[in-house]
Amino acid sequence: MAVTDPSLRVDAAARVLEPSPGQILRRRVFGHAGLVFGLAVLIAIIAVALLAPWIAPHDPYDQVLERKLIPPVWFDSAKVTWEHPLGTDHFGRDYLSRLLWGARISLMIGFSAMLISFVIGTTIGVLAGYFGGRIDMVCSFIITTRLSLPVVLVAIAVVSIVGSSLTVVIWVLGLLIWDQFAVVTRAATMQMRKRDFVASAEAIGCSTPRILLSEIMPNIANSLIVVATIEFAHAIILEAALSFLGLGVQPPEPSWGLMISEAKGLMFFDSWLIAIPGAALFVLLLAINLLGDGLRDVTSPEGRA
Amino acid sequence: MTGYLLRRLGVAVLVALTVSLLTFSMIYLSGDPAVALAGEAATQEDIEKIRVYYGFDRPIVVQYLDWLWRAVQGDLGQSNYLREPVANVIFERLPTTMLLGACALVFALVLAIPLGVLAAIRPNSLIDRLALTIAVIGQAMPSFWFALTMVLWFGITWRLLPITGSDSWANFVMPSIALGYYITPVVMRLTRAGMMDVLQADYIRTARAKGLRPATVLWKHALRNAIIPVVSLAAVQFGFMLGGSIVIETIFAINGLGYLAWESIQRADLPMMQAIVLVIAIFYIVLTFVSDLLNAWLDPRLRTA
Repeated sequence: MAVTDPSLRVDAAARVLEPSPGQILRRRVFGHAGLVFGLAVLIAIIAVALLAPWIAPHDPYDQVLERKLIPPVWFDSAKVTWEHPLGTDHFGRDYLSRLLWGARISLMIGFSAMLISFVIGTTIGVLAGYFGGRIDMVCSFIITTRLSLPVVLVAIAVVSIVGSSLTVVIWVLGLLIWDQFAVVTRAATMQMRKRDFVASAEAIGCSTPRILLSEIMPNIANSLIVVATIEFAHAIILEAALSFLGLGVQPPEPSWGLMISEAKGLMFFDSWLIAIPGAALFVLLLAINLLGDGLRDVTSPEGRA
Repeated sequence: MTGYLLRRLGVAVLVALTVSLLTFSMIYLSGDPAVALAGEAATQEDIEKIRVYYGFDRPIVVQYLDWLWRAVQGDLGQSNYLREPVANVIFERLPTTMLLGACALVFALVLAIPLGVLAAIRPNSLIDRLALTIAVIGQAMPSFWFALTMVLWFGITWRLLPITGSDSWANFVMPSIALGYYITPVVMRLTRAGMMDVLQADYIRTARAKGLRPATVLWKHALRNAIIPVVSLAAVQFGFMLGGSIVIETIFAINGLGYLAWESIQRADLPMMQAIVLVIAIFYIVLTFVSDLLNAWLDPRLRTA
């Protein structure tokens, strides 16, 4: 921005002496290589997932049997063609297109399941942390009970009984992975509860829901965002594992876990079939984890340099 | 001390009962269990027979109490598929999964604790950064993909290790690594944080001032205190691994509880699934109880809490 307005120049000079909180935050965010990298990769993957219908070179469900198992372009093979940059699977479906559409499934399931667990977990945690006493005992008991249930086994059992679909997978995961949200919210709320601003909100007669939603929640949002990234990654990894076991997303949907599962039988001959979706999962999870670690560094008091 | 233990025990028993209720209600997830058992071609008469045979015609409370009473006595029902008592099959398979879990835990601890300690001695050094990188990569790698990649390299390309079965120790190498690497980041971070805290303590300075060898101070004085939270974390993670071993066991065809769970799902063997979930949950509850005891014993401050 060109500084022509004199009032702006004064403002800028003042800021040089003492950077505003926003500036400090921005400097910390952009100074954190892991955070920037994670965020950039995640945004790229989200963009690719959203644009899949337009940028995918082929229909991900389209089977061309005479074109099956074409290796990716970097392989030294007569079958290689730029029409299928990442090759084709055992049904002759374009691997790149399936990968792009698969990103949608991973992100959608991961995000929705995270959202459900966020609502459940923060509700339990905030109630336990704010009211304490009996309510805390009941909530803690619910958290302990949830923790003693083996997530993968219960998810698989429930999915196999109810029958698998996208909605079922999202709800089963969302109903199972809220424990971290609850634990962190409870601890953070207990800290906030002792603070003066909560006491003054109580004193001026704010309603309890208002105190919880507009006094407590905004102040614990930092920790919740970090948990949200962890659970987002957790849900994605669980979806992939369920689909890998044949109990998550069902064929012919292009889920990355399912792609690895379908290629398992061929992995000794065409190992790239499992390497490509696996690498995609790895990059996505790495980006989310780096973003989460970065956010924790940037927002936690110890990270404030 | 006794009060603390009794309270803990009371909570553990309550959690176990709640878990049993949840596991029991799994059979009602699909709606009418008699219809589900009878299959698609069954007549109304068949369904009624099955309902009476399995006791589904009784009030649900009676069914639950009956099921619970038998479970307490060690009778977990009959397998629908194997026509054998579920408990027999489970306890036949349990040792294999325990062994796998133990090997995985040992692998994780042996890798994570020294790395965590070294990282704590020299923060921001090369080894600290290496440890951090291992942690970040480890958390982003889906275990089933990591397992398949190992199979490909160590099993097929270099022919170093057997890829399926559970007959000799060599069969357990890859599965233990695949199952254990996932918890190394958590253990490493906790060890590092604990060590960094302890190394600041006065008694460490005293020990150094006395002229003790640095190695003695580090491994005997500091690690002993820093390891306390790691012990309870390890117990909890061991419980998680038993539940999560289903993916690894199916990949390596290891004849344990996880593989049994997967087989039972394929056979729609609900009593078996129920029992496996229950056994693993109870085992986890016992583990956390024991780790509470251990903590109270190691850290006297907790006993009054």
